[in-house]
Amino acid sequence: MTNLFLLQLLNGAQLGVLLFLIAAGLTLIFGIMDFINLAHGVLYMVGAYVMASFAMLTGSFWLALGLTVPAMLICGLLLEFTVFRALYARSHLDQVLATFGLVLVISEGVKILWGSAPLTVPMPDLLSGSVGLIGPLKYPVYRLAILVVGLASALGLYVLITQTRIGMLLRAGASNREMVSALGVNVGRLFAMVFAFGAMLAGFAGAIVAPILSVDTGMGESVLILAFVVIVIGGIGSIRGAFMGALLVGVVDTMGRSFGPIVLRMIMEPAAAGQLGRTLAPMLVYILMAAILFARPAGLFGRRAE
Amino acid sequence: MRLMGRDLVALLLFAGFAAVPLLANLLQDPFLLVIATRMLAFAIAAMGLDLVLGYGALVSFGHAAYLGIGAYAVTILMRLGVYDIGLHLLAGIAAAVVFAVGTGAVSLRTRGVYFIMITLAFSQMAYFFFVSFSALGGDDGASLPQRSTLFGHDLLENDLWLFWLALGLLIGLFLVCRAIVGSRFGRVLCGARENPQRMQAIGFVPFGYQLTAYVISGAITSIAGVLLANQAEFVSPALMNWHRSGELIVMVVLGGIGTLSGAIAGAVLALLLEETLAGFTQYWKLWFGLFLVGIVLFAPGGVQGLVARIKLQIGSRR
Repeated sequence: MTNLFLLQLLNGAQLGVLLFLIAAGLTLIFGIMDFINLAHGVLYMVGAYVMASFAMLTGSFWLALGLTVPAMLICGLLLEFTVFRALYARSHLDQVLATFGLVLVISEGVKILWGSAPLTVPMPDLLSGSVGLIGPLKYPVYRLAILVVGLASALGLYVLITQTRIGMLLRAGASNREMVSALGVNVGRLFAMVFAFGAMLAGFAGAIVAPILSVDTGMGESVLILAFVVIVIGGIGSIRGAFMGALLVGVVDTMGRSFGPIVLRMIMEPAAAGQLGRTLAPMLVYILMAAILFARPAGLFGRRAE
Repeated sequence: MRLMGRDLVALLLFAGFAAVPLLANLLQDPFLLVIATRMLAFAIAAMGLDLVLGYGALVSFGHAAYLGIGAYAVTILMRLGVYDIGLHLLAGIAAAVVFAVGTGAVSLRTRGVYFIMITLAFSQMAYFFFVSFSALGGDDGASLPQRSTLFGHDLLENDLWLFWLALGLLIGLFLVCRAIVGSRFGRVLCGARENPQRMQAIGFVPFGYQLTAYVISGAITSIAGVLLANQAEFVSPALMNWHRSGELIVMVVLGGIGTLSGAIAGAVLALLLEETLAGFTQYWKLWFGLFLVGIVLFAPGGVQGLVARIKLQIGSRR
């Protein structure tokens, strides 16, 4: 039981760091530009597809990863230049419509380019196999690597945001955009940078998760909505909130799915408990979100209630 | 004067719908009736959404959940041996009201992008609930044993009767929505859209009004769900996928937000566009998406905005 618990805790944390990589860019985009981007989830998917193609072309995981990251950065810049730039001054409704349109375009485009059959990306030799944790418990090295990379990225982002000049501008932009602009900062360039950076992080998350998932066109959607939950819980514009929210959502979701039926079995008959557990577990994160919002409408680390 | 113009649009749309059975008969194309019934159902849903989106400026990205709630009310009651459509509608509305009160009370505490994300998240919650509810078919959904009965008769097995029922419901609900919008309640709702602070200053608390509008809107959309379940005789979670919520917003915006007849026209337009594009290519969503991006970038305000701009052009030439 404790082994299962530890295993699921690790799985939850691993889902959490992936969610963080996606939510980090999204929360900055929300916070700084007051822009709702539904197309952020498809960037995660595109990252995985680009990774799959590069892995096929080069035959090397590391080379493919090295190519995917700048490719996604360029992808983000292109999208910002062609579509998003025209939407900053628009209403939320227009942003929802246009980015929803983009979701349709990109998902179908991916289907046309890569076909609808799921793809796989081979795991690098260096990180395959599993490692013993405690006693008989083993855990795949690759999943541990994701966890470490995710945590390292979070640390890197933290340093970037709290210690550098760009980070200072980002924080200033999140609290008062007009003032930053009035002080002579090129806000347009700052926006483009945040966008491209967010696209890169989401694409990176898609690329590193590709070897353990099958790459298909639906993978961006569930993640997008979980990322929304993360941002709502953490508070818009807060990287720290995104990190805490992502870990919370990752762990609660994973734990709920595996332990929900077990806990319910203690108080009711097994068959009904299994059914009820499977039905309720996916709802757990949303209930958590509702509870947190009810207590704190601006999220855990949100600065202003809007 | 403007209201009368909109009523005229609605009347024209209703007349157009009423001509569909004749047309289907003439062209020997029963499929027309099927499409028209779907259009009617989505027109009801879009009109319901317009109440909050257009008159309340609350961008709900979760209205597909209410379609699903209406549809699953039919499935569940049929499993329990209840076949009457009146009871199906009542159950759907009751369930929608419960869901809307619960989620609305939380969502309406927030504004802007928060509200959009939270309504989306709650509709996903409902979606995943039914996806993992294996007794009701889970992800694959399940067929209905038959269509709902009307006063104990299986009239609705005939596509024509279902069509007339849907048209009757649309007209009835249009009148209801029109009355709501024109009432004091509707005025307060619009006031809260324009300036919530000012509304509070003159002694109205927008929250209660907005929540009521949200609940009514959800209930109307669930009626569309009951109709869609009957039309397809099949209910699956795909009905409440978040793409569906997006499509409902598209319908409202295409016809022009805050005009009930616009929502009806938008539903007709959007489904026509889908059917036409799907006839050309299997990747119709690509073109539909491009169309959306194009509309937002180059023709904000949809058809209504286009008409307004043309009017402005003519006016400035005079």
